[in-house]
Amino acid sequence: MTTTHSDPSTSVSVSGQGRPETISVKNLRFYYGDTLALKTISLPLYTNEVTAFIGPSGCGKSTLLRVLNRMYDLYPGQRAEGEVIFEGRNILDKNEDLNLLRSRIGMVFQKPTPFPMTIYDNIAFGIRLYENLSKSELDERIETALMKAALWNEVKDKLNANGLSLSGGQQQRLCIARSVAIRPEVILFDEPCSALDPISTAKIEELIDELKSDYTIAIVTHNMQQAARVSEYTAFMYLGELVEFGQTAKMFTSPQDQRTQDYITGRFG
Amino acid sequence: MTTFTPPRFYNSRKRTNFIAMAACYGATLFGLTWLVLILMTLVVNGLPGISLALFTEMTPPPNAQGGGLANAIVGSLMLTVMGVGIGAPIGLLAGTYMAEYGRHSQLTSVIRFINDILLSAPSIIIGLFVYGAVVVPMGKFSGYAGALALAVIVIPVVVRTTEDMLLLVPNPLREAASALGLPRSFVIRRVAYRAARAGLLTGLLLAIARVSGETAPLLFTVLNNQFWNVDMATSVANLPVTINNFINNPDPNWKQLAWAGALLITFTVLSLNIIARVVGSARNEK
Repeated sequence: MTTTHSDPSTSVSVSGQGRPETISVKNLRFYYGDTLALKTISLPLYTNEVTAFIGPSGCGKSTLLRVLNRMYDLYPGQRAEGEVIFEGRNILDKNEDLNLLRSRIGMVFQKPTPFPMTIYDNIAFGIRLYENLSKSELDERIETALMKAALWNEVKDKLNANGLSLSGGQQQRLCIARSVAIRPEVILFDEPCSALDPISTAKIEELIDELKSDYTIAIVTHNMQQAARVSEYTAFMYLGELVEFGQTAKMFTSPQDQRTQDYITGRFG
Repeated sequence: MTTFTPPRFYNSRKRTNFIAMAACYGATLFGLTWLVLILMTLVVNGLPGISLALFTEMTPPPNAQGGGLANAIVGSLMLTVMGVGIGAPIGLLAGTYMAEYGRHSQLTSVIRFINDILLSAPSIIIGLFVYGAVVVPMGKFSGYAGALALAVIVIPVVVRTTEDMLLLVPNPLREAASALGLPRSFVIRRVAYRAARAGLLTGLLLAIARVSGETAPLLFTVLNNQFWNVDMATSVANLPVTINNFINNPDPNWKQLAWAGALLITFTVLSLNIIARVVGSARNEK
């Protein structure tokens, strides 16, 4: 990418227009079988910023996230129309190489999903698939990834322990390290803290804040305080529609739409 | 102070509960009794025949003294290994198709239905089928035909356990692996198989246990052999058919060997089942 990281404190432009977009969603419609789940969504993911998707259950925020790395392709009967532009291509194109795409757009899930293997192999696994590194290069890459995921100090002496032996919060950071290790451009977080305790949640949020200097981030969350804390931009979705998109600070202080106002003040959802 | 009065139906419920419990214990006891009796009969009759000669000497001619089951033991081992060697990979691949690639396809439902029929097919039918399909065209009984018949028994067992065990692997784990850009085949081999490893191994052991005592499919396919023979293209000796032949003979020496062989098979199968249990439960201790 040719863009440089911009300090969010200087980003005072009202709508964010003109900022570099890593992903541009244009007129996206999504179907589960015959059911229309996303009704013509358009929004940008700005480079090196955190964008939060909020909204009540069933509003389509997770669905939107799963379109961005085409996770929905694993299941029959799900399809997307419209355009999602990433690195100059429409990734919804049927000729898109999904494995390559997913190595560029990583994902962290709601429940921690360490693979049933050692901590070391959990991370080495994805790297080995794409790169032929020497043992020392691989060691270094794994250390860097674990550092970035703020897990290195806790696991450096037990890299050969099973990934499943870690606590829930550590497992989630292991999953983040795993995504980071293959050097993606974007990381998608699907309610990454909903299965974690408050301390682990705080750690993950801190981590997301650090990661945005290297990656473009999208996060789905049920927790509005979390969206307010970690994101620069927020998309409020309701019943498959994008109701409002804008700078988080603005959205939480002076929402434009009545529905956004009602949701963030806790009147429904 | 108020006295506590039990609810109206309390006493009748207590009675029902007692009766149900007694019935459960009774049924368990009844079932276990037969198992213990079978094992006892085997041990009482078979133990005197267990000796070193059992494993080193050939099956004796009728009305002779001594001898062993060495040729039958080795023949059974070869048949089992070959049968499982043919059947297990086929079962594993078919089960993988059903749980991974074809999970939502109509074909999978059809395969599952047919597989369940095959699973409960009497083994003598399978023996007859292989007799008609292999032994008759080849013009002779052979170890290969026997192994093939055993393979046909192994396949549905392994298909079933493979599918069941892979379906137990949580989907988020597959999604997580796919999210790293792993191709489907990698996701299956490196993540799903690994997560289901204990269950897959259990299925394999149960399949081995199932075929190691089968007699009917071997009767029509390998027959038996009185002598030492490791050429699978001809009839080879094997434990189940040897037991079947020896036990029906008045010769007391043969009878003794048959009991010893039966004890041997039973304990092999019992051990395999216990190992399968231990391996299977190790999975849950993480």
